[in-house]
Amino acid sequence: MHELPVTESILKIVLKHAGANGVRRVRTIRLTVGRLSDLEDEWIQRYFDYLSKGTVAEGARLEIERAPIVMQCGACRVSYEIELADMSGATCPGCGGKGGSLVSGREYTVREMEAE
Amino acid sequence: MSEKVRLIEVKEEILSDNNRLAGALRERLGSAGTMLLNLMSSPGSGKTSLILRTIEGLGGSLRIGVIEADIDSTVDAEKVASRGIPAVQLRTGGFCHLDVAMVARGLEALPADRLDLVIIENVGNLVCPAEFDTGAHRNAMILSVPEGDDKPLKYPLMFSLCDLLVINKIDYLSMSDFDTAALRERVLALNPRIEILEASCRTGAGIDGWIHWLRREASSFKA
Repeated sequence: MHELPVTESILKIVLKHAGANGVRRVRTIRLTVGRLSDLEDEWIQRYFDYLSKGTVAEGARLEIERAPIVMQCGACRVSYEIELADMSGATCPGCGGKGGSLVSGREYTVREMEAE
Repeated sequence: MSEKVRLIEVKEEILSDNNRLAGALRERLGSAGTMLLNLMSSPGSGKTSLILRTIEGLGGSLRIGVIEADIDSTVDAEKVASRGIPAVQLRTGGFCHLDVAMVARGLEALPADRLDLVIIENVGNLVCPAEFDTGAHRNAMILSVPEGDDKPLKYPLMFSLCDLLVINKIDYLSMSDFDTAALRERVLALNPRIEILEASCRTGAGIDGWIHWLRREASSFKA
């Protein structure tokens, strides 16, 4: 639902790095987004196409890799991956303990880009 | 491929600007002895009612201010200001959440340095506000009985990052199949350190627990 401000930040970061590297055209931008985020890939691309008009990033394709949700068991400290839908029934695969703390799954990172 | 294609390593957090500003705001307010509390929930679960109960329950023992966020109305801030509490309405203009820049603008309109507690009433929504750091020291959320005990299954992020959950409208429990024990189990599985309170803003039941929590948390910001 909040793809617009996130996309503005992506563009800002991309243009900064494009400028620093003397880039003439950005082709591909690779992002890592945690599975806990509800961003829709299609909308990010649409907003990006709109916002990047007239910049070196115009026409760039966004490739979004989803990072898994990782929880840590409160009892035995084992970390384990879990799907979004299973989180509140989370059971530790190590000791069978219920629940745990969130370790990761909220990432929002511009990883790299391909440029000319 | 006519042009030479290069791979440029970026490795930059998309929300780093917001997160950096949020950290700075938290530090500035904390060292001035002001606690910033971010209150989140669905629309209609009782955020404004809880704030009005808070004003009453604190009875002037803490100096408070309120930042109201709404897509496009001022009714909430008017209700709060009518009780003599400094309040500012932020119209998010369609945005689904508050970020730290909007909160900072709201704080400028309040005598923040002279307040012990500033409550942000975030936009009514269990999804987006969870993803943006507002600069608050504490995050609290309300889930009301009519919304159902299955909400942690649908919105795990919100439940996993709050310090406190207030179950509101407990006066509706007898008319509902809301399972409080099942809710507690689901929430604690997501977030073992969360505190859970039960209250009714309509009857006033459980409000003392909320007031106690606020006083305790706000006092940790006083030297």
